[in-house]
Amino acid sequence: MIDLSMAEGFLSALLRVATPLLLAALGEMLAERAGVINLGVEGAMLAGALAAAIGASGAGPWAGLALAVAAGAVLAAGFAAVAIGARTDQIITGTATTLLALGLTGAIYRRAFGTTGAGLSLPTLKPLVVPGLSEVPLVCQPLFAQPLPTYLALAAVPLLWWFLFRTRTGLALRAVGESPASARAAGVPVRRMQVLATIAGGAFAGLAGGTLVLAQVGTFAERMTAGRGFIAIAIVVLGRWHPVGVLLAALLFGGATALQFLFQAAGLDVPYQLFLMLPYVLTLVLLAGVAGGVRAPAALGRTTE
Amino acid sequence: MRAGGWWRAGVALAAGLGVLALFFVASGFDPGEALGAMWRGAFGSWFALMSGTLIRAVPIALIALGFTVAYRAGALNIGGEGQFYAGAMAATWVGLHLGGWPGALAIPVALAAGFAAGAAWITVPVLLRRRFGVQEVISTLLLNFVAEALVSYAVQGPLQESQHIYPQSDALPASLHLPLLFGTRLHAGALLVVAAAGALAWVFARTRLGFELLASGLGPRAATVSGRIPVEKLAAGALLVSGAFAGLAGGTEVLGVSYALYPNLSPGYGFTGIAVALLARGAPLGILASAVLFGALEAGAGAMQRDAGVPAVAVYVAEAVIIVAVLLADRFAVRARREATA
Repeated sequence: MIDLSMAEGFLSALLRVATPLLLAALGEMLAERAGVINLGVEGAMLAGALAAAIGASGAGPWAGLALAVAAGAVLAAGFAAVAIGARTDQIITGTATTLLALGLTGAIYRRAFGTTGAGLSLPTLKPLVVPGLSEVPLVCQPLFAQPLPTYLALAAVPLLWWFLFRTRTGLALRAVGESPASARAAGVPVRRMQVLATIAGGAFAGLAGGTLVLAQVGTFAERMTAGRGFIAIAIVVLGRWHPVGVLLAALLFGGATALQFLFQAAGLDVPYQLFLMLPYVLTLVLLAGVAGGVRAPAALGRTTE
Repeated sequence: MRAGGWWRAGVALAAGLGVLALFFVASGFDPGEALGAMWRGAFGSWFALMSGTLIRAVPIALIALGFTVAYRAGALNIGGEGQFYAGAMAATWVGLHLGGWPGALAIPVALAAGFAAGAAWITVPVLLRRRFGVQEVISTLLLNFVAEALVSYAVQGPLQESQHIYPQSDALPASLHLPLLFGTRLHAGALLVVAAAGALAWVFARTRLGFELLASGLGPRAATVSGRIPVEKLAAGALLVSGAFAGLAGGTEVLGVSYALYPNLSPGYGFTGIAVALLARGAPLGILASAVLFGALEAGAGAMQRDAGVPAVAVYVAEAVIIVAVLLADRFAVRARREATA
């Protein structure tokens, strides 16, 4: 039987899973709209996660969150310097960026917190409960009792839509991703635009990693992002490079993952690995449905000469 | 690898280890102790070389060779990790059923199962690419996670050892173990790798197929327009071969090293293989050399953690810097050539 509290638990889990994915995917979308595919998001998330742990253990969760954003931006800036500055292959440079972050975070973590860091427990961000609304059952109860990053992620959706489709800078950014040559002819500083979009994307990914540590797990662990950055890249494609599409895709992925909790609560005996696979399989199936009808930014991943 | 290739790889390696040493200094580890432990773990003794470095170079080289086949045709297979696990599962399953067969027959069959399973695992991305235009970068990547979940299910379900206690399969019967070389732990899979690299070098350099692969990868438009080169078919075939090689790597790992299926069989060979292929710029014999280098880094990383207390993951810093150094060197080489001709 599925009752009200289980449904609320499901929605709450859905939002919890979706928040970091949505943040990272929105950032990646921004970069990809400018024609840059950054496989370093996974690394930027990881850097954000460790920075959040270090910041929070020294100066509280807010400092942790700020440091996470900065760490993601710095790593993305490094990627941009090589991939855009020296025009190397973006896919490979991004993979190397993630590898770099994996190594750096693993070693720095060990140095900062010692070998016994597993039990590390950090001050976390408490849910911000909206009085009144959070007492309305089902949808509102889980929605209005979330930690800050969830609200930030949801607010970023209309803001990014407005930025991309209603501002001059947003138009210029999209032009860079579609046709760098025409954008340059129109006086847009192509490479500066790409670098800034990539760094902003990294900041989002850093925030996503910080969210994981400060609002969810409460600790850092080696490789803790476990591929979420790569999922975010798939979510961008699934969401057709549009903020609202990305939101829907992130919620869908969150829902597919949260089903696990629902089924466990309902006491159904299904191997849990099935639920581990489900979000990925579902994403593949949906990509097959979406990919044919949608086009990536025309100059995505191509180095601009 | 031509002389320029060796020079470039040497500079990249020096950059990688140099940055790693700087990082150790900055983060307060003793660089001499850490790098020393790495060296001893990788090349310090005959045993370290054969049973540490070369044993790891085998799966890395196989995955890199496969990646190169697809890369030549302009396709990116980022799913080596998943195909490796598909191959490992298939080889284990088949191997456990062939206990009564003589090894000379059972081993090839089990390895063939791994090879076929790797190809089967990448069939989905190939079909998604051809039918629906889904980029294989994303589909192969997503299937890595599915494969890992599948292995986790297999070792707690249908393939779990008979006592049903540990998350691993039964050990393969001795007849299924690959022969060991020179009395070390290095297995005959190493010979397979050398043969595969030689065969690919010949295909790439001397055959029409090798030329067509390269042409369709470098200029898919021109190759299609010429009408003589079936670009999409070549890319699909190259991806299948690429998956099969990674599957074979999973098979040799089970039959030659672990003798059973475990959830964490690969410490990231799928990704290391990509780095190795790029470092060698897709030259099969260069891949052998780079695979030994990365095998050494990974074997050394284990020793570094054991003996110097530095987390093994730190070695990824060196690997990342090596990749970036190679990319940058290539860019500057292109630019220099262009300026020279201009």
